[in-house]
Amino acid sequence: MSFRIIGTGMHVPSKVVTNDDLAQIVDTNDEWISKRVGVRERRFSEEEFASEMGLKAAQNALANAGVKAEEIDAIFAATVSGETSSPSMSCMIQNGLGVSCMAMDVSAACSAFLFLLETAAAFFALHKEFRKILVVGTERMSGILDFNDRSTCVIFGDGAGAAVLERGENYLDSVVTVKGGDTVIKIPHGNGNSPYFKREQDSPYIHMQGQETFKYAVNAISQDITALLERNHLTMDDIAWIVPHQANKRIIDFAAKRLGVSQEKFFCNIEKYGNTSSASVPIALDELARSGNLKRGDKIILCAFGGGLSNAACLIEW
Amino acid sequence: MVQEKIIELLAEATDTDAAEITADTAFADLGIDSLDLTEMAMQLEEEFGVEIEMKPEINTVGKLTEVVEALRG
Repeated sequence: MSFRIIGTGMHVPSKVVTNDDLAQIVDTNDEWISKRVGVRERRFSEEEFASEMGLKAAQNALANAGVKAEEIDAIFAATVSGETSSPSMSCMIQNGLGVSCMAMDVSAACSAFLFLLETAAAFFALHKEFRKILVVGTERMSGILDFNDRSTCVIFGDGAGAAVLERGENYLDSVVTVKGGDTVIKIPHGNGNSPYFKREQDSPYIHMQGQETFKYAVNAISQDITALLERNHLTMDDIAWIVPHQANKRIIDFAAKRLGVSQEKFFCNIEKYGNTSSASVPIALDELARSGNLKRGDKIILCAFGGGLSNAACLIEW
Repeated sequence: MVQEKIIELLAEATDTDAAEITADTAFADLGIDSLDLTEMAMQLEEEFGVEIEMKPEINTVGKLTEVVEALRG
C-alpha cells in the first residue's frame, strides 16, 4: 500500500531576473549561462519568505486535488533556505493552512522531494488511518546565495512546489542512496556569536564543486533510472516522462546521452526557474501535469540528487 | 589509442576537425570549459575502465593522455 498523486501545485515569486540582469551584478553573460547551465531567467523573492511560497504552493495543490486542508493527515516539507530552523517549514505551512495534523520536515537538500515521497509511503504503511498527506518543497535560495560568486549565483532560483498524496497503489518503486560528505556540496549555517567557540566556519552560502557535482549527478541519474527499469522489467519505451531535479541542463543532457534516451523524454523547465533545490521536482511535475501531456496510467520516473550527498528516484503510475 | 579517443571526443564536442588537434593542443584553446572536460573524463573512464581525477594542470591533450595511460598501467 502506498499512494497516488491526486493534485500538484506550485508558486514562484513574481520578480523575474534575467541573465542580463545578473550580468549587471557579477562578471557573466547571457550566452554563457544559457549555454553552460541552461537557465535563461529565474525568480528571486522580494517580499516572500520560503514558508509563504510553500503555503501558496500547498494551497494550489489542495485546490488542484479538490481536497480541503482539514482532510490532510500529515504535512511533510523540505527546505534548505527556510526563514527559521524552528518552527519547522512543515509547521509554518500547517499554521498557514490553519489546520492541526502531524507535521515534520525531511532534510535532503535538492533530493528532498523524493525523500518526502518515500517518507509519505512509509507513513501510509505505518498509519492505516492516514488517507491524505501533503508534501511541500520550498526554497528562497536567493537567501543563501553568494552574489559575488558567479559560479553559483547564476544557477539557482526561488520557488515552491507541492503535491497531495492519497492512499493508493501508484508509488511503484524507489531507490534512495546517501553517501555522506561535505566536500562536494555544502551550505553552512552562520557562526553565531558565541564568545567561547574558537573555530572558523565557511561563509553561510552554497559552496559547490562544479565538476564533482556534475560527475556525481550524472552517475546518480543513470544508475538510479537503470536500477528502477531493471527491477521492474521495464524499458525506456514504457516510461512516458522522466522528471529530473532541474540542476543544470547539461547534467540532464549528458545523463540522457549515457542512458541512450532522447533528451525529449526528460521534462525540463530550468530555463524559466533555475535550480530551485527541493522545489524543482514538484514545480516541474506541476507544470507537466497541467500541460496536458501526462495521462492517467502513464508511468513516470522522478529523480533527484544533491547535497548529502543524496540521490533518489521513484517510479510512479500517474 | 588513448590519445586517438581523446581527440575523437574533443573533435565531436567542439565540432573541430580531428586533424587539427594534437598532443600539444590546450583544452582552453578549443573553447571548452570544466564541465566539458568532466564529460570527456567520464567517457574516458567508461572506455578505459579507469577513474580520472581532473586537475587544472591536466590542460592539454598530451597531459590527459599521459594520465589515462598511467592509470591503465
